[in-house]
Amino acid sequence: MNEWLDPLLLSRWQFGLTTVYHFLFVPLTIGLVTTVAIFQTAWYRTNKAKYLQLTHFFGKIFLINFAMGVVTGIVQEFQFGMNWSDYSRFVGDVFGAPLAFEGITAFFLEATFIGLWIFGWDKLPKGLHLATIWLTTVGSIASAYFIIAANAFMQNPVAYQINAEKGRAELTSIGELLTNPIALAAFPHTIFACFMVSAGLIISVAAWHLSRNQHLETMRPALKFGLWMMVISGALTTLMGDQLSLAMVAAQPMKMAAAEAMYNTASGADASFSIFTLGTPDGVSELFSIRIPYLLSFLSTHTFDGTVEGINNLQEQYVQLYGPGDYAPIIWVTYWSFRWMIGLGIAHILVAVAGLWVTRKGKSPRTWIWKIAIWSFPMSLLAMSVGWVFTEMGRQPWLVFGLLKTSDGVSPNVSGLEILISLIAFTLLYGALAVVEFRLILKAVQKGPDDVPVPDPVSGEIKHTTTVY
Amino acid sequence: MELNILWFWIIAAMFIGYFVLDGFDFGVGMSLPFLGKDDTDRRVLINTIGPVWDLNETWVIVAGASLFAAFPEWYATMFSGFYLALLLILLALIARGVSFEYRHQRPELKWKKSFDTMIVVGSAVPALLWGVAFGNVVRGVPLDENFNYIGSFFDLLNPYALLAGLTTLLLFFTHGVIFVSTKTEGDIRVRARALAIRSGLVTIVVAASFLVWTTLAYGTLASGILAAVAAVALITAYLANLRGNERTAFGLMAVTIGFAVLTLFASLFPDVMPASNDVANSLTIENASSTPYTLQVMSWTALIAAPVILGYQGWTYWVFRKRISRSHIEAAVH
Repeated sequence: MNEWLDPLLLSRWQFGLTTVYHFLFVPLTIGLVTTVAIFQTAWYRTNKAKYLQLTHFFGKIFLINFAMGVVTGIVQEFQFGMNWSDYSRFVGDVFGAPLAFEGITAFFLEATFIGLWIFGWDKLPKGLHLATIWLTTVGSIASAYFIIAANAFMQNPVAYQINAEKGRAELTSIGELLTNPIALAAFPHTIFACFMVSAGLIISVAAWHLSRNQHLETMRPALKFGLWMMVISGALTTLMGDQLSLAMVAAQPMKMAAAEAMYNTASGADASFSIFTLGTPDGVSELFSIRIPYLLSFLSTHTFDGTVEGINNLQEQYVQLYGPGDYAPIIWVTYWSFRWMIGLGIAHILVAVAGLWVTRKGKSPRTWIWKIAIWSFPMSLLAMSVGWVFTEMGRQPWLVFGLLKTSDGVSPNVSGLEILISLIAFTLLYGALAVVEFRLILKAVQKGPDDVPVPDPVSGEIKHTTTVY
Repeated sequence: MELNILWFWIIAAMFIGYFVLDGFDFGVGMSLPFLGKDDTDRRVLINTIGPVWDLNETWVIVAGASLFAAFPEWYATMFSGFYLALLLILLALIARGVSFEYRHQRPELKWKKSFDTMIVVGSAVPALLWGVAFGNVVRGVPLDENFNYIGSFFDLLNPYALLAGLTTLLLFFTHGVIFVSTKTEGDIRVRARALAIRSGLVTIVVAASFLVWTTLAYGTLASGILAAVAAVALITAYLANLRGNERTAFGLMAVTIGFAVLTLFASLFPDVMPASNDVANSLTIENASSTPYTLQVMSWTALIAAPVILGYQGWTYWVFRKRISRSHIEAAVH
């Protein structure tokens, strides 16, 4: 068979491509819907026009983004059956339930109330209309919980037994499945990271307008809000990331070893965290590195004299457990994605703290500072993406850790040609839509918030610009 | 009752929900070239489904996830087997969904027209292919002993399945056009009703032949009765529309689609995916289902959630119950 038509390789590329793409829109949806709900609540309580302007302004960006999240999400659900049918047969009894819960409890809520919010400005009482955006928020955050619980089963299978006759995993406790330690740590880590992405967007947008000295009435409070949101959610993301790495070391020690490209077991000062490593091209030995002693020990065990297992040692253990094979992920991917995630995350917190300092008491910073701030949105999105690349690539070669290899999960009856067709189709369509989406968001951002809606002179009511298609 | 039997019918109910609701969205989308004389008309049409298309489309996500959870083998066989057909459905749904959101973002007519085309194609393709897919499920497809589909994409394009696709296409078209007549005012309402009278006749002929074929080739007594109810509902819907009772006609179209789906599921039962080459390879509600424990957990969730979901979705339709006219659109700020 032609190696370019390998169904496994093509299916992996397709899943990676469509998932990373889908997850460009989801964090912004989750973060922005929360932000918009907060702005609208501020307007509801204070009646200040600037909050209403911010609600509409970020609401518009949110909606341009939202549609993409919805439609690319359907692909995700269908792909399990289309490209990974053997995986679906193996895990369906366990993995299907959180997916169904997600649809029944979260997606319906989100999809219904977003329609009510968009079209309900002049049809619903003010308080009820505010409730619709909060219910959309609840739906979007709840959906994240269920999908992360499902994903956690792949990282750290719990609450199952193997039915040898049927060749599948079967659910033994829904409570245990939904309280998987990986899920409990990954969910807040991801949600706060979504808030960072949204904060990044607000900072970028506000910095762009403020650097041009326009829309000061709305963009000054927006910037302050964005900076505080970045600092707080950044701190919480870090804290939860720390919890997640503890859970990860317990469940998937190989992933932590691969994150650090640490080949041999080490403890104490030797369990150091390298900030930068230059290695030989084959990745087997290092030429130069900058290291912080003890840090890896601390990250993995919360003690300074802990032992962190190396890739080679784990490889030996796994060969004994699971038979011959290569049980390490692609090291340079995990090593660098882990660093980019952490590095960018910490950089965002520092930049936001600095931003709060230079804008204190209404001060206006120098131009070059705005130029840095404008990068906070794309960079926070990049941090989010590499974080997921690390999580998912670090799981390899397993599809379900310890139970099912990725190579055993692919659909046996879908040809490489069919997958090549779908991969090309998704790439072209997604690429075209990315261009349109980016331009539309840019246009909405550059236009800035609309003017203050004028209250009716007789009734005092505010006539909203009714959104229509 | 065994839980896998219950879930067989819950899956049927979810696809009924999907086809009844997104069905009229597809119909409205396909009606753009027929009813949308100018941009304002087309905006009237799109705004009839504006607040609800997203929740309607969510029904397929929920149906798909429930199929995965309740009948993993069925989900795996059907989705991998119908790979290219589902790919086309996905591409169409993506194109359609973003078009609703994007077409009004710029004023240029050329921009809007290209998204209108995507809405029309993005509505027609799933309307046709869902019928083709379910036609093949009922007809049976070649499966190996691991329940993997062993036919090709072109094997799916057989006369019976194509007739099934044409049936859903026409049912959804007429359903959507009647929906337009219940949701609009003035000239477009009159034209929608007239169009539904014309398309209704074709729909009756095609749907009736499909139901008869299904009953004769794959049916049971029960499925035959359900098919008869569907046929009667369709003819009554046509007569109601002829007499100007648009809302009654719309309700009866929903009944038609519901009973047509029930006909298909009743013809299947207790199989979920019959193997055309060897009965031993057929997927049934027994060998395709999840464990009783998983089904039990799902049943409780569905039982608690269903009244809430139906409640707030019904309320949404009530909030947006008013008819839309050209003057609404012209008065609205973009």
